[in-house]
Amino acid sequence: MTDSQAIAIDGAAQRRAGVLVMLTCLVILLVLVSLGTGPVWLSPVEIAKALLGAGTDVQQVIVWEIRLPRTILGLAIGGILGLSGAALQGLLRNPLASPSLFGAPQSAAFGAVLVIALGLADVRSYALPVAAIAAAFASVFVLLAVAGRNAGLLVLILSGLAISSLAGAATALVMNLSSNPFVVLEIAFWLLGSLEDRSFRHVMLALPFIAAGALVLWRQRDAFRALSLGEEAARSLGVDVGRLRLFIIIGVALGVGGGVAVSGSIGFIGLVAPHLVRPLVGYDPARLLAPSALAGAALLLAADIAVRVIPSTSDIKVGVLTSIIGVPFFLYLIVRERRSLGGGVL
Amino acid sequence: MIAPLLTATGVRVRLGGREVLRDISLSLAPGQLVALVGPNGTGKTTLFRALAGLLPSQGNIDVGGQPLASLSLAQRARRFAYLPQGHVVHWPLPVQDIVALGRYPHGATDPSRLAAADAEAVRRAMQLADVADLARRPVTELSGGERSRVALARVLAVQAPVILADEPTASLDPRHQIDVMQTLRAASRNNVLVIVVTHDLGLAARFADTVLVMSDGRLVSQGKPDQALSEQVIAEVFRISAYRAEYRDEAVIVPWDGP
Repeated sequence: MTDSQAIAIDGAAQRRAGVLVMLTCLVILLVLVSLGTGPVWLSPVEIAKALLGAGTDVQQVIVWEIRLPRTILGLAIGGILGLSGAALQGLLRNPLASPSLFGAPQSAAFGAVLVIALGLADVRSYALPVAAIAAAFASVFVLLAVAGRNAGLLVLILSGLAISSLAGAATALVMNLSSNPFVVLEIAFWLLGSLEDRSFRHVMLALPFIAAGALVLWRQRDAFRALSLGEEAARSLGVDVGRLRLFIIIGVALGVGGGVAVSGSIGFIGLVAPHLVRPLVGYDPARLLAPSALAGAALLLAADIAVRVIPSTSDIKVGVLTSIIGVPFFLYLIVRERRSLGGGVL
Repeated sequence: MIAPLLTATGVRVRLGGREVLRDISLSLAPGQLVALVGPNGTGKTTLFRALAGLLPSQGNIDVGGQPLASLSLAQRARRFAYLPQGHVVHWPLPVQDIVALGRYPHGATDPSRLAAADAEAVRRAMQLADVADLARRPVTELSGGERSRVALARVLAVQAPVILADEPTASLDPRHQIDVMQTLRAASRNNVLVIVVTHDLGLAARFADTVLVMSDGRLVSQGKPDQALSEQVIAEVFRISAYRAEYRDEAVIVPWDGP
């Protein structure tokens, strides 16, 4: 390798490192804004004081009890959604893969709704995330089983549509059969997806699963690069593709299920985040994971700040906002991928 | 007589209830280029997959004196460098990262942090396959010929004792076909066993030290090119006749007409 090539490689690595630093700074900034934004505005100094146990009692309560859990959840759930999207896109070598298009959050929501409707959520708190994770696992597993090994875009998206419709119908059935109207209303609002009024109890409920899911996904990263050559070539390089597939399903289910259990369904972050960072860090699916997680965290934090700032008569739920932004983006991606969608992918 | 590097005894493979490989036995020494020929659908690719341990088979396969079944996926990956058909790459990765994947079986999973030995193997492979100038180009922007050379470089970078190349010359112009075969033959001279699937009997006759002829899941003929591809074999297996000659001490076989 000549010197100029070696320098060029370093240049690309430097740019990636620069992007990571930039995204980290952006996330920190958004964390501060998230802690400061609400009916009572707090400056970064006031936030720091409150976090350290100084400042007024009111400020401490606002930061510690109200805004910190919400911010931590936004950070963690946004991050795991971005990471899950990047991991699924790496596994399936497909830029349109994402948890929400595959029905994972919808299925997790069904699992959670079932537990809420049966009244189990109050008795045993971990029933909620466990049910959500189990349902998310089942949905991703069924999707990959239906779509098969070398599924094209069309098969994946149609299967995802079918699974999310089924999850939606099952959720509707639970609400339909539920005799208590207050429970139905609670479920309906919960389904919209929100980080509002979450406490540290919610954080403790979701965070272990999200962290475990993130760890599982992160450890598979190098295999994604080998998988760029197709499953057979990856196997010949020593990648156990079947095991990798299982680990991705487990990681996505743990992360998305754990997140959905406390936030309700928040869509499209997993689809959008990898696309936003690809122009900055390149297409290498292994190098996409960390920036996608940061971008996902930034997106959800920003959306959650936006719902607090946008003036409206009643609260806008953050899940509604991410879908309203995400679906047009999805349409744009379909237009961009139109050729491969039309080109005999069945 | 050199000890064989790769032996197979009574290898059978069933796929979807159909017997694709029936009782294949072979014994191949290192340091030679072997051409595997046969009509479409006779099981050449399946034999490659079975030999590399990528699909389950009955019978015994030994590589370097060790039974394939006793080797882990990673150990197999270091013994067989496998070049599948088509040279698919799903993301626009730079050429050097693709070639560096050849070091994946050796534990070098991150192309931006290669140890000196791995970087040297990548550099040599890119040179041998003549893709050093393309190192930073996204592989998806390359022509078919360039892509197949990149795929070849990736396989050479493994530095495995056995190279299995499935139609490495397909869809290449004559110049590149000859380049690829010459590169593979040069690789075999470093005590490597190179097996190439090809439909080009001319290339097989000219470049191979040994030709294996498959028909309907069986190995029906093997030996030096002019013996293995005798008039009778060509007529029975391919149902064609061929013009046969010798040019500069190498066999020339040009498929011609019905038998």
